[in-house]
Amino acid sequence: MEKTDIETRLRDVLVTELGLDAEKINPAANFETDLDVDSLGVVELLMAMEDEFGVKIPDDEAEHIHTVGEAIDLVHQKLNS
Amino acid sequence: MGVITPVGNDVDTFWQSLISGRSGVGPITHFDTTGYRTKIAGEVKDFDPEDHFDKREIRRLDPFSQFFLVAGRQALAQAKIAFAPEDADNERAGVMVGAGFGGMGTFIDEVALMLDRGPDRVSPTGIPKIIANMAAGLASIENNLLGPVSCVVTACSASANAIGDAAELIRRGAADVMLAGGSEAAITTYGVAGFNQSRALSVRNDEPARASRPFDAERDGFVMGEGGGALVLEDRDRALGRGAEIIGEIVGYGMSADAYHITLPRPGGTGAARAMKAAMTDAALKPSDISYINAHGTSTEANDATETAAIKIAFGDEAYRVPVSSTKSMTGHILGGAGAVEAIVSLLALNQGVLPPTINQETSDPECDLDYVPNEARRFSGEYAMSNSFGFGGHNVALVVGSASVAGAESA
Repeated sequence: MEKTDIETRLRDVLVTELGLDAEKINPAANFETDLDVDSLGVVELLMAMEDEFGVKIPDDEAEHIHTVGEAIDLVHQKLNS
Repeated sequence: MGVITPVGNDVDTFWQSLISGRSGVGPITHFDTTGYRTKIAGEVKDFDPEDHFDKREIRRLDPFSQFFLVAGRQALAQAKIAFAPEDADNERAGVMVGAGFGGMGTFIDEVALMLDRGPDRVSPTGIPKIIANMAAGLASIENNLLGPVSCVVTACSASANAIGDAAELIRRGAADVMLAGGSEAAITTYGVAGFNQSRALSVRNDEPARASRPFDAERDGFVMGEGGGALVLEDRDRALGRGAEIIGEIVGYGMSADAYHITLPRPGGTGAARAMKAAMTDAALKPSDISYINAHGTSTEANDATETAAIKIAFGDEAYRVPVSSTKSMTGHILGGAGAVEAIVSLLALNQGVLPPTINQETSDPECDLDYVPNEARRFSGEYAMSNSFGFGGHNVALVVGSASVAGAESA
């Protein structure tokens, strides 16, 4: 799957599943500071990513996700490894 | 005061429904009732969470919290009270909320998810949505209330306890302002199934509006309601000092226990009678001072006969004089939210000079022979009313409220 496809699907998930503001979502956006995602929201984010892309994201890998771009990269890496 | 109820989502609509004798009971729409003995309830209508909360908030709010928060906003707006984060006196303001269950619907959904998809698929926000104290916590967060914030969980007497406890906190100087009340949202798959199995609910499915018939001989159980009620309680001097609109006064609070059975009231009504007497003693009032009783009046066989007996013990000869009505005949039983909703009814009755009726009075029960304000609202005048609330476990609570003129007159 191409990164652009991942970004499109991730954006949909963030808006519909997490209720984030679509206009604020871009690869540079930081989940905590730009998108107002708290610690509970991060868990929701990981679950939504796992469900959407059929991947497993262990907690130690999840710790490195701070921005939308990093989430896209992680999914891309998992789907293509 | 604020309400979200099956007969109105603001105080004016709610009151007009009650004095018109309008039932809020109908077929259950929240879930498919196939296989259920009871298929009716008093659901809240025309309540769209998106009118009150944004999408991200809604994901984290069980309906029981939504009901209390919105009722609380109505009450705070009427009281013209708003605390900013930097206000010094918000440490003197708190919240006391009653709930019977908490987020029962969320609990059901999360457990189903866990059994279906595994323990790592349940929501990280499930627990905070479910816990019964969260309406109190959320109201504190939303309104910057930093003082005493707590929750009472005494089944169907919970929000009467919450109002009494909040008034006590103000009386003993622990707070100046308390947002008090309660809510419930238990018209859920398990809520109806569970009450059905305890044989507590009416099964008059073909006649929803006639199903809740407290004190009538043909009653066959209670009808579940949902919603919430909130009041702003404020230290009298503070309220008068700022020129606040005074609605009334919490003048008496009585509690007792039946120490008898998990669901049944103690026969003879001695337990409930002690709560009523205690409330009158606390208020330094006599039975002849009470002009209206808003009964617990659930429409169950046991409650209504026992409560009638209890009123006779507590009021003596005055029992046949004082009008008693159960507005659950119209709202259904809002469980943990009932006490708050009915304390509001009691205040409205005093201030409007109108007794809301008990509807569906058709066949008299020899064990229920008081004046239940049958079927039609009635004009009256009085200064004090009592509101009764009893809960599974044997909790008995009575509140005595005074009218606006009483509250103002005593302070002058």
